[in-house]
Amino acid sequence: MIIYVARRLWQSAFLIFGAITIVFLVLRVIPGDPASLILGSQATPEELEALRQEMGLSDPLPVQYVRHLGEVVRLDFGESWRLGGDAFAGVVERLPATLTLAGYALVLTLLIGFPLGVHAARHTGQLVDRLVSYLSLTGQALPSFWVGIMLVLIFSRMLDILPGTADGTPQALVLPAFTLALPFLGWLARLVRNGTLEELGKDYVRTARSKGLSERVVFNVHVLRNTLTPVVTVLGLVLGNFIADAVIIEQVFAWPGIGSLMVESIVNRDYAVAEAAIVLIAVFYIGLNLLVDVLYFYLDPRITLETV
Amino acid sequence: MKSKAARFAAGVLALFVLVAVFGPLLIPYDSVSTGVADRLLPPGSTRSDGAFAPLGTDQLGRDVLAQVVAGSRVSLLVAVTVVVVAGLLGLALGLLAGYYGGWLDTIISRIGDMQLAFPSILLAILLAGALGPSLTNVIIALAVTRWVIFARVVRGSALSTRGREFVDSARVMGAGDLRIMARYIYPSCVQPLLVAATVQVGLTMVAEAALSFLGLGVPIDQASWGSTIANGRDYLASAWWIAAIPGLALTLVVICIGLLGDAAREGADPAKAVVR
Repeated sequence: MIIYVARRLWQSAFLIFGAITIVFLVLRVIPGDPASLILGSQATPEELEALRQEMGLSDPLPVQYVRHLGEVVRLDFGESWRLGGDAFAGVVERLPATLTLAGYALVLTLLIGFPLGVHAARHTGQLVDRLVSYLSLTGQALPSFWVGIMLVLIFSRMLDILPGTADGTPQALVLPAFTLALPFLGWLARLVRNGTLEELGKDYVRTARSKGLSERVVFNVHVLRNTLTPVVTVLGLVLGNFIADAVIIEQVFAWPGIGSLMVESIVNRDYAVAEAAIVLIAVFYIGLNLLVDVLYFYLDPRITLETV
Repeated sequence: MKSKAARFAAGVLALFVLVAVFGPLLIPYDSVSTGVADRLLPPGSTRSDGAFAPLGTDQLGRDVLAQVVAGSRVSLLVAVTVVVVAGLLGLALGLLAGYYGGWLDTIISRIGDMQLAFPSILLAILLAGALGPSLTNVIIALAVTRWVIFARVVRGSALSTRGREFVDSARVMGAGDLRIMARYIYPSCVQPLLVAATVQVGLTMVAEAALSFLGLGVPIDQASWGSTIANGRDYLASAWWIAAIPGLALTLVVICIGLLGDAAREGADPAKAVVR
């Protein structure tokens, strides 16, 4: 167990290092000269040179990279020219809004997806079952930002029952959270359905039935517990995807989270904030993956080191 | 039932390709020409110059149908180019990694792991933002984020094929590595590669639309479904059609690609065909 966790920890550390490297390459190497971006086109060559010296841009790239790694480890991404102040602090300030949104979307996914999957498994081939299979087929391919806009059109503009943008009320959570959840609803329902069907065909269910247990007890006590294990573990992955998808969905609903901050920063070339945001999201994503693997190992005693 | 859906999907996609290729010749889109008198006309209106606007006009009086037609070309062009470029890159690197193994495999696979460590749309946003808005840059940004998927698929197939008897016998007969890869390993990778490519065409279309929606995709003088949707979002209350119609087109095309891909996968898998 400890060996496994240690190995996964090491892998995760390597992946985070990789993510930081990729972001460094994309943001510090491709855009050209950050000094001329900051000072604008009227700057004299002397001013540019002075700023380059100050920012360490005249050093060779590997030197800049190593220094940059040190800064990132200390969570020092530099100053934001747009927001003023520390870039990382600006990102952390926006984090709760995104986490609230992702958490609420997760609750929605579970509350709708799980019963839907169980229902589909008990009534295979019927309407709900077919609905689940179509939703799982199309859900992930849908342009969710457009679905979100259409939800605003219907529920906010036409029916006027829910707010279409973040106005501080709890109701404002409903539309963005549902938009985030929709692609994964069918997916989770399908997973629950297939898991339940698989469990229902196993020997222990036949034993339970032959003992004379009612169908309800067989289902609620025996089958449900075994279908829960894979569901609990994929929820971590779903949460990671929510935080990533929120980058676009937050833009649709003007949600003041880390995703909309990242997009605004990239559009406005405020690369310190963009980098802090994307590194934070990547660390979350990798951390959740790690958590899922460890949880899976912990929840299912049949898994041994050899099988993973 | 299944084949009926597949036929419907094939029909929709054929229409989409026809519109994307020939549509802009028949209904040219002019991003500059604006008519204040013809702002936000609903679908089915007649413009002040007597022209018919079947899908209405946008906030600057530009024809929505012409925008959707122009957007279909961008969508098809980006999706096909990205999948071809990323597919070829993935094929080459996947073959090398799977066939040779060893340090080459380690390097290619680790780079892939790093890239998949964070969500691909984030990397695409980052790249598109750093490169600046242009059609070429969108293609570069999306191709860079997709090659890993193809490389993984190909590597898996190559890995399982390289130990087979016919590969050994080819080597005994004196075939070189290049010949073995091209003649004996490559054919086993084609099927999974094509399945992955079908899925990726749809996902790439959505990704392009998302980038353009965020203002990081095609430049403003070109119409993309994503940028038209972004325009329409600001006029939802008065002109729902600007955002609704391009999104509907995108959704329909993407779902049809999914349906067709499913049908192709089932048709190509003999084991599944027997069960049915």
